[in-house]
Amino acid sequence: MAAGPMKMRATLGSGYTDVRVLMTHPMETGQRKDADGKLIALHFIQNLTVKVNGKTVVEGETSQAVSRNPVFTFRIKGGAKGDKVEVSWLDNHGDTNKTEAAVA
Amino acid sequence: MNDFRRKTLLAAAAALLLKPFAALAAWNKEAFGAKSAAEALKSLGAGGAAPSKDIVIEAPQIAENGAVVPIEIQSNIPGTTALMVLIEKNPFPLASRFSFMEGALPFVKLNVKIGETSDVRVVAQAGGRYYTAAKEIKVTIGGCGG
Repeated sequence: MAAGPMKMRATLGSGYTDVRVLMTHPMETGQRKDADGKLIALHFIQNLTVKVNGKTVVEGETSQAVSRNPVFTFRIKGGAKGDKVEVSWLDNHGDTNKTEAAVA
Repeated sequence: MNDFRRKTLLAAAAALLLKPFAALAAWNKEAFGAKSAAEALKSLGAGGAAPSKDIVIEAPQIAENGAVVPIEIQSNIPGTTALMVLIEKNPFPLASRFSFMEGALPFVKLNVKIGETSDVRVVAQAGGRYYTAAKEIKVTIGGCGG
């Protein structure tokens, strides 16, 4: 599996929780060329899901226009210390990865 | 092992391998493959989006590096359930679409690639209606090609 590490931090604000997540992914656009002048194939994250305490709150569809090693920030209503946040992704090769963090 | 049985096993193994693909979450191939923002919006069913001042787009006016342009979007329209980001001049304008369920605020911050100076259009869906706002971002070095 080509999936690299993910990092996530969920921080309590006033009335909301910010979830900042980093995904390690090349996000190839299919338009770049390698040293031999051959096109590098499309390889990008297509779907992502944010769950709080097991319940899906955000579902995202993304294209190759999202930058390499994407960083997303999502905002959750309320939230409390210790709430479990899980973020997962799925790319166009069928690779997936996920990470979990507790709200701090 | 006879040939028939081997083939059956192979087919079963192939089915198992293919299963994750069958379980692929929805990804709007048509909208993401559209080559113009208008076409993409049409495939998303958001053709007639009305301009709105309640969509906030925070992004730099000038992006030096088009490969990583931070944008922060938020909808203050009550009942917003989805936000879409389109970079009008990109080869495939639709960059992402987010659905927000109960428990999430219609807010997202992400980094996108912008090929050349372009309008960044955000479309919000609220109660079956669509609203839109746009902001121009000037790019000095493109972020799509080599």
